[in-house]
Amino acid sequence: MKPFTRDWLRRNLFSDAFSSVTTLALLAAALWWLPGLIDWLLLQAVFRPDAAACEAANHAGACWGVVAEKYRVILFGRYPYEEQWRPLLATVLLLLAILAGGMRLLPRNALLAAWALALPGFLLLMGGGGFGLSPVGSDLWGGLPLTLLLATLGMLLALPLALLVALGRQSSLPLLRGLCTLYVELVRGVPLISVLFLASFLFPIILPQGTSIDVLLRVQGGIVLFAAAYLSETIRGGLQGVPAGQRDAAAALGLGRWQAMRWIILPQALRAVVPSMMNSAVSIFKDTSLVTVVSMYELTGALSLALAGDAEWRSYHLEGYLFIGLTYWIGCYAMSRFSRGLEQAASMSRAMP
Amino acid sequence: MQGRRRGELAIQALLAAALVAALWWLLDVTAANMAERGIRSGFDFLTDPAGFAIGESLLPFDSTDSALWALAAGLANTLRVALPAILASTLLGTLIGLGRLSPNLLLRSLCAAYVETLRNVPLLLQLLAWYFVVTDLLPLASDALQPAPHVFLSKSGLAIPWLGGDSGVFDLPLRGEMNIAGGATLTPEFLALFLGLSLYTAAYVAETVRAGIQAVPRGQSDAALALGLTRVQLFRLVLLPQALRSIIPPLTNQHLSLTKNASLAVAIGYPDLVSVANTTLNQTGRAAECIALIMAVYLILSLLTAWLSAWMERRSGRWAERA
Repeated sequence: MKPFTRDWLRRNLFSDAFSSVTTLALLAAALWWLPGLIDWLLLQAVFRPDAAACEAANHAGACWGVVAEKYRVILFGRYPYEEQWRPLLATVLLLLAILAGGMRLLPRNALLAAWALALPGFLLLMGGGGFGLSPVGSDLWGGLPLTLLLATLGMLLALPLALLVALGRQSSLPLLRGLCTLYVELVRGVPLISVLFLASFLFPIILPQGTSIDVLLRVQGGIVLFAAAYLSETIRGGLQGVPAGQRDAAAALGLGRWQAMRWIILPQALRAVVPSMMNSAVSIFKDTSLVTVVSMYELTGALSLALAGDAEWRSYHLEGYLFIGLTYWIGCYAMSRFSRGLEQAASMSRAMP
Repeated sequence: MQGRRRGELAIQALLAAALVAALWWLLDVTAANMAERGIRSGFDFLTDPAGFAIGESLLPFDSTDSALWALAAGLANTLRVALPAILASTLLGTLIGLGRLSPNLLLRSLCAAYVETLRNVPLLLQLLAWYFVVTDLLPLASDALQPAPHVFLSKSGLAIPWLGGDSGVFDLPLRGEMNIAGGATLTPEFLALFLGLSLYTAAYVAETVRAGIQAVPRGQSDAALALGLTRVQLFRLVLLPQALRSIIPPLTNQHLSLTKNASLAVAIGYPDLVSVANTTLNQTGRAAECIALIMAVYLILSLLTAWLSAWMERRSGRWAERA
């Protein structure tokens, strides 16, 4: 049906009395609110990094100048100012690798090679200490690259662990099964913050003297342990969804238990749960913001770092929150669109055997 | 078969031995580390005076009370924000979920936009933003907003009428020279946490409700309409009873995540269980004990919720049979 024709209007906006009232009420609300909102967001907003102009606007318009003034700290945290091309390049590198994986720009082997280069490249650019790059301690890493690193490594390292745990829960050994179940239920029962506290306060005490692990690694470990518990439940669901006949058929063909798992069960199980794994990826990406609580300056923490101590700009936190909120939103929305695309492709391939 | 059984037993024995060895080694290292750094262990600190104040508390608390009582006050605060937020998010989320199924295009798009916006921004960021809005952008108490009679909204929080007081049944807040007196005041921390948790979780509840209703086969609505049921009857007698069965398990999961997410209170200074435990940890240095306490309480809450969910599923099954 063509939009804005009579039939279209009747069906979509005025189908019955209730619908008509809703339409009118929503239009009235839009007329009431939208001009003020547009005024604040754009017309009366100050875009220059000019504190005096922002103060003169007195919150009648947004002060986007705060982003223009502070974007380096918001995006890169405490990373040394002159060296900030390195986190920028590292971020671009990692984003390209993620895009190449998501959009299937490369054949599988090239993709593996790209990732094998991108991750060490990222760490080298950030950390330095070779190729003429001055060393920068991981305590100075921050902002967007830190968020991306925590989320990407969190997902990549949690996947194999989750797979092992999911297989462990299907094992015929009661002890192994029990241990895996205990791990999953324990982690899923507690908030991420408590796991991060564990990583930052307790890991140093339970490891031998002299093996001091840097706080980034500990927190990354906490995120991996947390994410793996949720992912393993997803994978277990996929494993249970594979019809029993597949296993029987594999056995009838003379495949051993592990061969059947590797070539018959796992490919079907994993393919079925890719969309829910993408949901987990979105959660992990959002959850990285919690490392702020254990004093790391990823995107959310870097914003406080940029604004909290600066009397001139501190009253424009809201604009800062909106800016990084948009950054998170773009990432999450892209991931969920991607997962929906996969789902549609999967249901189409099911429909056309 | 016997050989396989024996093999499995042997593997499990090995596994158990490895586990015991690893645990023993960890405990040994931990004990050595703690001895070296002079960290004491044990739960005896729980009966010592807490030595810190709690911003707001449902239970009567002052700094001479025991640390255990402080943690109890923290848990009470967690529940004080989580339970109303569960109620609010369920109501709002149900409305938005139904809105996403509305034949009205505007309403449908508005509800979809709500869900896509709130779900795709970290909760912590939303909490910080709400906290900033309440504490920085609202007017001072001396010129508080008055959205309804005897309700005052300002930097100092939300003052509402409450039971009790000197005269009559209700204690009404009144505007004074510098501040608002009387009634009950919800602190900015509570307000920000309650708003943030409710609005964020409502987006997830909306998706749960929508999926549950869409899972009811279309023939059911067609048949009900053919029988002459009105839309409201269709909803109450046909769709809801069937949808509830698939809605309740994920919905209780959402309620549980909300309770776990209440631990983000620590970022805005609302004294919930985690934030009180964190303060206790910093004061006493008993990291392992405090973290173990947090985890134990949340595990118990999870178990209780699982049990409650199973009970509700049984009940909703019975309701569906009766309907």
